[in-house]
Amino acid sequence: MSGDTEGLQARTRLKGALASLEPRYVWEVGEKAVRAVLFLAAAFAIVMAIAIGLSLLGPTVSFFGKVSPLEFFGGTIWSPDIPVGGSVQFGVLPLMVGTLLVAGASSAIGLPLGFGAAIYLREYAPGRVREIVKPVLEILAGIPTVVLGFFALLVVSPFLQSWFGASFFSGANAIVVIGIMIVPIVSSLSEDALTAVPTDLRDGALALGATRFEATTRVVVPAGLSGIGASFLLAFSRAVGETMVVLIAAGQHIRLHFNIFDQMTTMSGFIAKRATGDVPSGTPVYDALFAVGFTLFVMTLLLNLTSNRLRSHFREEYE
Amino acid sequence: MKLRSLRLRKAIEVTFVAVFLISIVVALGTLAMLLGSVVSTALPYLRTEVVVNYASAVNPLQAGYAAAIVGTLWVVGLTLLFSIPLGVAAGVYLEEYAPRSRLTRFLEAGVANLAGVPSVVFGLLGLALFVRILRDITGGPTVLAGALTMTILVFPYVVITTQEAVRAVPASLREGALALGATKWQAIRGQVLPAGAPGLLTAVILAASRAMGETAPLIVIGATFFQSYLPSDPRSFFVALPVQIYGYVGLPRQDFLDLNRNGILDPGEPLLASGGWPGVAAAGIVILLVILFAFNIVAMVARNRMQRRRL
Repeated sequence: MSGDTEGLQARTRLKGALASLEPRYVWEVGEKAVRAVLFLAAAFAIVMAIAIGLSLLGPTVSFFGKVSPLEFFGGTIWSPDIPVGGSVQFGVLPLMVGTLLVAGASSAIGLPLGFGAAIYLREYAPGRVREIVKPVLEILAGIPTVVLGFFALLVVSPFLQSWFGASFFSGANAIVVIGIMIVPIVSSLSEDALTAVPTDLRDGALALGATRFEATTRVVVPAGLSGIGASFLLAFSRAVGETMVVLIAAGQHIRLHFNIFDQMTTMSGFIAKRATGDVPSGTPVYDALFAVGFTLFVMTLLLNLTSNRLRSHFREEYE
Repeated sequence: MKLRSLRLRKAIEVTFVAVFLISIVVALGTLAMLLGSVVSTALPYLRTEVVVNYASAVNPLQAGYAAAIVGTLWVVGLTLLFSIPLGVAAGVYLEEYAPRSRLTRFLEAGVANLAGVPSVVFGLLGLALFVRILRDITGGPTVLAGALTMTILVFPYVVITTQEAVRAVPASLREGALALGATKWQAIRGQVLPAGAPGLLTAVILAASRAMGETAPLIVIGATFFQSYLPSDPRSFFVALPVQIYGYVGLPRQDFLDLNRNGILDPGEPLLASGGWPGVAAAGIVILLVILFAFNIVAMVARNRMQRRRL
């Protein structure tokens, strides 16, 4: 008897379970679950951006507890191990000047080259040439930076030594190679910007008797200026963050000077040189690494935010 | 505007076209010079030893990349395992599900900005988070810590490529499935993802290429330089190809000086024990580039296929 009741209860439960397996019900729950999982994946970027901020911020805060920001951003001597004038020195200016010199000079090489390449590819090149040149530029963009650093030391350095009396390791080694490195970034993004400019504008100028060059420089380029600016900023930001080329070819001296033919170190180069996994946490040097990293992170973040804003401004205009 | 003669205007045009052409020639010429110099430096060292031997800081002729090749395969494999499902899911959400809201714009900005963070900063994150804080899980600077760091680095590229792939799928496929009674997810899984598969393949290859070539983050988290055993599981210490190449480049200042003077490397020299590290480094670069180019050729073929299908 009690067995019967139990059987009945079991059957009812089974029925309930089966009802909850109705396709519509399963689908609704399933769809919601899928959506939630996908949303979590999309939120990963934000979570990681915050994780980067926090993981850099912790040691950075403890660093600024020991070294005043004024001393860090205003100091001209970086000597975390050997005391200079009675105490160890954490002036980031030598690294910052190195970074801006290397990024600025390599941009002076890479931006015009990339921009010229973009104009040629978009406005002049026959289809055949485009089909060959664009993938080859992509190969250049895909070369690992450790290879570029090797190339800087092997091929660029001897040239600079004999032409400019540069030292074996020099800022100029890195500048030349990073300049070439950013060409494909500028050319492909600038070309996208030029392509997005409506053809009517170009055709109008041509119909009024402008040469193709005049149409390009006076109509197309001004119309695509914010997109081109975005590509320039992104390339500059890549040059600021470039590590391996500097680490291999620019040398190790951390000294405030402006001679690019002498040894030079950037913020990223310094981080990769000193952070090799076995720096004891909590030491001033460990914290200094993160303070430098945080400064680098903020610099590139500002550049990228500006670049993205320019690009979305450009999109609103034409797309 | 002052009117100039047509001849002058044409001359200006020709001059500038020449300048534009030169910029392309400079870029392509540098690439050619790079490949040429690497291959010619590597040539004497491209022997089986360089692939099957472990690293050596003593004798260039005995130095090899065995641990580095296996380490790179481990890191790249795990990175793909983590980053592809995560990145494709995020890309599908942003493209198919996300409402036009402030939150969505925030998420997309997060992806875009993560893509612009210098790779060495990812190394610092990996050092603080995966090597130090999560030491109990990763076991320190191991394959797992490297792969997790690389996962964050390649994630935005996978998301952006996935978004492009999903966007390229014609709306008619999606709507056809929905009209036949499929749920949204069924339409995505059954129609959108298969149709976007070539684009997703491009995402895989992009992620693999990045994970293979990045050096700085792995140096920062503490990959070893000279390791004489193969990593056997995710919690083994490891060395990767680019890190090993950097290790060899860092060895020999004198060798580069000699090379710069003489222009050649002679592995037949009896004093070899102290010379020839650039050749070993170059041989490693050849190995790395061969693997990378193989991946990129697949990418181009896949992309061309996708474009042809779209037409």
